[in-house]
Amino acid sequence: MSTGTEQLVESELDTQEAHAHHGPAKGISRWFLTTNHKDIGSMYLWFSLVMFMTGGCMALLIRAELFQPGLQFLEPAFFNQMTTMHGLIMVFGAVMPAFVGLANWMIPMMIGAPDMALPRLNNWSFWILPFAFSIMLMTLFMEGGGPNFGWTFYAPLSTTFAPPSVTYFIFAVHMMGISSIMGAINVIVTILNMRPPGMIMMKLPLFVWTWLITAFLLILVMPVLAGVVTMMLMDIHFGTSFFNAAGGGDPVLFQHIFWFFGHPEVYIMILPAFGIVSEIIPTFARKKLFGYSSMVYATSSIAFLSFIVWAHHMFTVGIPLMGELFFMFATMLIAVPTGVKVFNWVATMFRGSMTFETPMLFAIAFVVLFSIGGFSGLMLAIAPADFQYHDTYFVVAHFHYVLVPGSIFSIMAGVYYWLPKWTGNYYDEKMGRLHFWLSFVGINITFFPMHFVGLAGMPRRVPDYALQFADFNAVSSVGAFLFGFSQLLFIYNVVCCIRKRNQATDRVWEGAHGLEWSVPSPAPYHTFTKPPKVD
Amino acid sequence: MNLILSAKNLSRICSYATVSVLFFTVPTVYADWQLNMREGVTEISRAIYDLHMVIFWICVAIAIIVFGVMLYSVIYHRKSRGAKAHNFHENLYVEIAWTVIPMVILIGMAVPATGTLIKMYDARESDLDIQVTGYQWKWRYQYLESGVDFFSSLTTPQEQIVGDAEKTENYLLEVDNPMVIPVGLKVRFLITANDVIHSWWVPDFAVKKDAIPGFINESWTIVEEPGIYRGQCAELCGKDHGFMPIVVEVKSKADFDIWVSEQLLAQAEKAKSAEKRWNLDELMVLGEEVYTKSCAACHQASGEGIPGVFPALKGSLIVQGDPAAHINLVLNGKPGTAMQAFIDQLSATELAAVITYERNAWGDSLGDIISPSQIAKMKQ
Ligand code: HEC
Ligand code: HEM
Ligand SMILES: [Cu+2]
Ligand SMILES: [Cu+2]
Repeated sequence: MSTGTEQLVESELDTQEAHAHHGPAKGISRWFLTTNHKDIGSMYLWFSLVMFMTGGCMALLIRAELFQPGLQFLEPAFFNQMTTMHGLIMVFGAVMPAFVGLANWMIPMMIGAPDMALPRLNNWSFWILPFAFSIMLMTLFMEGGGPNFGWTFYAPLSTTFAPPSVTYFIFAVHMMGISSIMGAINVIVTILNMRPPGMIMMKLPLFVWTWLITAFLLILVMPVLAGVVTMMLMDIHFGTSFFNAAGGGDPVLFQHIFWFFGHPEVYIMILPAFGIVSEIIPTFARKKLFGYSSMVYATSSIAFLSFIVWAHHMFTVGIPLMGELFFMFATMLIAVPTGVKVFNWVATMFRGSMTFETPMLFAIAFVVLFSIGGFSGLMLAIAPADFQYHDTYFVVAHFHYVLVPGSIFSIMAGVYYWLPKWTGNYYDEKMGRLHFWLSFVGINITFFPMHFVGLAGMPRRVPDYALQFADFNAVSSVGAFLFGFSQLLFIYNVVCCIRKRNQATDRVWEGAHGLEWSVPSPAPYHTFTKPPKVD
Repeated sequence: MNLILSAKNLSRICSYATVSVLFFTVPTVYADWQLNMREGVTEISRAIYDLHMVIFWICVAIAIIVFGVMLYSVIYHRKSRGAKAHNFHENLYVEIAWTVIPMVILIGMAVPATGTLIKMYDARESDLDIQVTGYQWKWRYQYLESGVDFFSSLTTPQEQIVGDAEKTENYLLEVDNPMVIPVGLKVRFLITANDVIHSWWVPDFAVKKDAIPGFINESWTIVEEPGIYRGQCAELCGKDHGFMPIVVEVKSKADFDIWVSEQLLAQAEKAKSAEKRWNLDELMVLGEEVYTKSCAACHQASGEGIPGVFPALKGSLIVQGDPAAHINLVLNGKPGTAMQAFIDQLSATELAAVITYERNAWGDSLGDIISPSQIAKMKQ
C-alpha cells in the first residue's frame, strides 16, 4: 500500500524492467492475489499497525483501571481478558507480523533477489493472519468472554477452568502458527537459494543474518506451541489428562512445554531487532559495523542458548535444586553474547561521524533501553532473587523494556529508515523527531516506575492493588497515555509520506550502504530481475 | 562476604540518592514511593536482598561504562562538530576482553547465588508443618501437628473496592483468619492447590512457591521478629486473583500455643452448633452471610451468576429440585469444574444455612429448611 498509485508510472523509472509486462494488478484483487514481496510486506506492516493500535487500546484500558486503587472501569473478569488479549495481540499480531513485513520488503532487496522464493506461500502466510485474529477477537463477544488466563495460558486455568471460547483461541493459535512456519520456511529458502553469485554468507547484511536465525527458531518452536495447544484441546474435549492432576496428568508439564516455545519466542521478537539496529547505526555513524563476524556468532549463540534456559520462567514452581542451578547458570550465560552485541554497537558509534535523524534516534534509544531490559533480565536470572521478583511488576517492567523500546522501537526505526525507499518520499523529519521524543519520554514514565512497584511487592495481572502502590501506578498510567497518543503522530507522518511529494534520492541516506539503496526510490514493483554484481 | 556487607551500606546510600535525584520535583510521602525490595525479617530474605543489591550495583557499573562511552561518542563524534569517521571495525583483543570480563563477573555472582539457593532448598528438620492449599480465591491452612484447620479470605468490604467507602490502611491486604506462626522456629509450608495454580508469597519472608494441584511443594521460614506480615497470591488464578491476600501473624511461642488451644476449642464449639435447632429466619440470616463470603464471587450476590462461566442459581433446576442432589453438589462440588467441595470449608451449620438460603432467596422461595444436624450426619 505504501507503494500506492505511483506504481503505475514505475515502468518509466525502472531501468531493470525491460520487458515491463507486469505492474501490480488493478483494484482490490491486487491485494488478495498478489505474490509480490513488496505488496505482501506492506500488507504485513499495515496489519501489524492495526494490531498495534488495537492492543494499545487494550493497554490503555488496563492503565486506566490501574490509575487508581479500586475498581473503576473494568470488572475483574473483563480485566483479565484485556491483559490476555493485549499480550497475545502484541506478541503475535503486532511484533511478529511487523518483522515478517520488514523481512518481505527488505530481504530480497538486500540480497539482490527478485522476490521471495515461494511467492504463493507468501500470500497464504499473510492472508491467514486476518482470519486468525478475527477469530481471536470474536471470542470477546462470546458467552463467558474471551481468553482470560494470561498470554502464557497456564493449565488448568486454560483447560478445565477456561471459558468455552478457549476452543476458538486454540484454533486461532494454530492458524498463527501455520502462518509463522510458512513465513519462516520462505525466509530460509530465500536466503539460502536466492543469493546472486558473490553474495557469500559472511557478506549478508545483519538484518538478513538475524532473520535467518530467527526463521530457524520459528521452525523449531512453533510446532511445540501447536503441540501444547493441541494437548489442551484434547484435555478439554477428548477426555485426556495431560495437564489434569486429577486424571494423573501434570500441570507443570504444560509450563515446560510452553516455555520451551516461549523463551525462544522472546528471541524471535528481538533478533530481527538486533539486525535492524545493526543496519541503522553504521549508516548514521558513517562507519562500518564493528565486529560483523562476532555479531553473527553472538546471534547464533543466543539462539542456541535460548533453547536451554526455558525454566528460568519457572524458578518458583518447585523444580529440583540441580535443575534450578542449571537454568540459572545457562540464563546468566546468555547475557554474555547479548553484551557483545551492545558493545559492538557502541564501538560502531565510537569515533564515527554521527547525525541524528529519526531512525538513528530510535536506534540509539533501542541500545540504551534494551540494555536496561537486559540488566533487569540479568537480575531475574539470579534464581534466589527471582523468588522475590517473579510474577511481580518487576517482570512486567523487564519484558516491556525489551519489547517496547526494544522490538517496537527497532520496528519504528526500520520503518523510518526504509520508508523513503518504499514510497520514494522523505517523511517529515521534524515530526519524526517529535514522535521519537514523546515516545521516549512516554515509555520511560510508563515502565520505569514498574520496577519500583514490583520490588515493593505488587503482583502482576491484578485489576486492583493495595494503597502503597498508588502513586507510581498513577505515574505509569499518565506515561502510557502519553505514549499511546504520540503514536498518532507516527501514523499521520507515514500517511503523509505516502501521499506527499518530497522526492527521496536513491541512496536516501548519505551513509547508506547495501544493495537495497542501489535501486531507484521508490523501489520499482520488481527489483533485481537480473542478479546484481556483488563485489 | 565483604562484598555483601558493603553492598548493604551502598544500598542505603542508593535509596537516598535515587529518591532525591528522581523525585525532587514531586511532593511526596516517602513511604508511598517505596523504591526498593524489602529486606524482610528472615536470614534468607536478607541474603536475597543482598544478592539483589550486588547484582543491581554490577548492572549500574556496567551501565555507567557503556552508556558513558556512548554519551561521549554522541557528544564528540557527531558530524555537526566536524567529526570524521575513523575506519576500524574489528579488534580481536577488545572483543575477547569484553566476552571474558562479563563471564568472570557472572561467575563471581553465581557463587553466592548458588549458596543462597542451596539454603533455601533445605527444608529439613522443621519445628512446625503447615499445609497451605490455594482455592479460588482463598487460602486454607492446616496445621499438621495440632489439627488446627481453617480458611483465610479477604475481608475488605466491596464498598471500599468499588469506591463507595473510604479505603482503609490495609486495603486488599486484610483477611478474616490470618495464619499464625511462632517466632524463631522453623516452620515448613507444604504448598498445594485445589483447583488452579496459585502462588503463596510473603515478601518479608522471601517465601514464594507455586501452589499446584496434584503437587506438594515445600518451603520454609524462620521469622526473627514478631509482627504482622502481608502478602498476596502471585499466580494468575482466575477472576479474583487480585483479591486473595495472605496475612501471617508471628507470635511468641507461648502466645502461639495459647492461640492453638483456642482454635481447637473454637473448632469443637462450631461442630457442636449443629445440635441446636435452627429456624428458617436464623438460617436465612446466617445463610446470606455465608453466601456472600463463599459463593457470591462466582454466583454473584443476585444469584444470577456470570453467563457462560458460573451458572445462575436463581431459577436453577438443582436449587429448585431435590434437596439431596443440591446438598450433594454443595458438599462435594463438581470435580473438573470451578465448583469446589465445601464439605471441609464450612461447618455443618453454615452449609445448612447457605443451602437453605439458596432455596429461599431471590424470589423463588421453596420454604424448605435444610437442618444442620442433617448435614452434620452427612459430614461424618
Ligand atoms: C470458584 C467459583 C465458585 C464458587 C466460589 C462457588 N461455585 Fe457453585 N458453581 C460453580 C460452577 C463453575 C458451577 C457449575 C458446575 C458445572 O459445570 O456443572 C457451579 C454450580 C453450582 C450449583 C449448581 C447450579 C446448576 O444449576 O447447575 C450450585 C447449587 C452451586 N454451585 C452452589 C454453590 C454454593 C452454595 C456456593 C458457596 C458455598 C458455591 N456454589 C460457590 C462455581 C462456584
Ligand atoms: C539479557 C538477556 C535476558 C535475560 C537474562 C532474561 C531473563 C528473564 C527471566 C529470568 C525472566 C523470568 C522472570 C520471571 O518470570 O520471574 C524473563 C521474563 C521475560 N522476558 Fe527476559 N531476559 C532477557 C532478555 C529478554 C528479551 C530479549 C526479551 C524479548 C524481547 C525478553 C522477554 C521476556 C518476557 C516476555 C518475559 C515474561 C514472560 C512472562 O512471564 O509473561 N527477555 N526474562
Ligand atoms: Cu525467558
Ligand atoms: Cu492468584
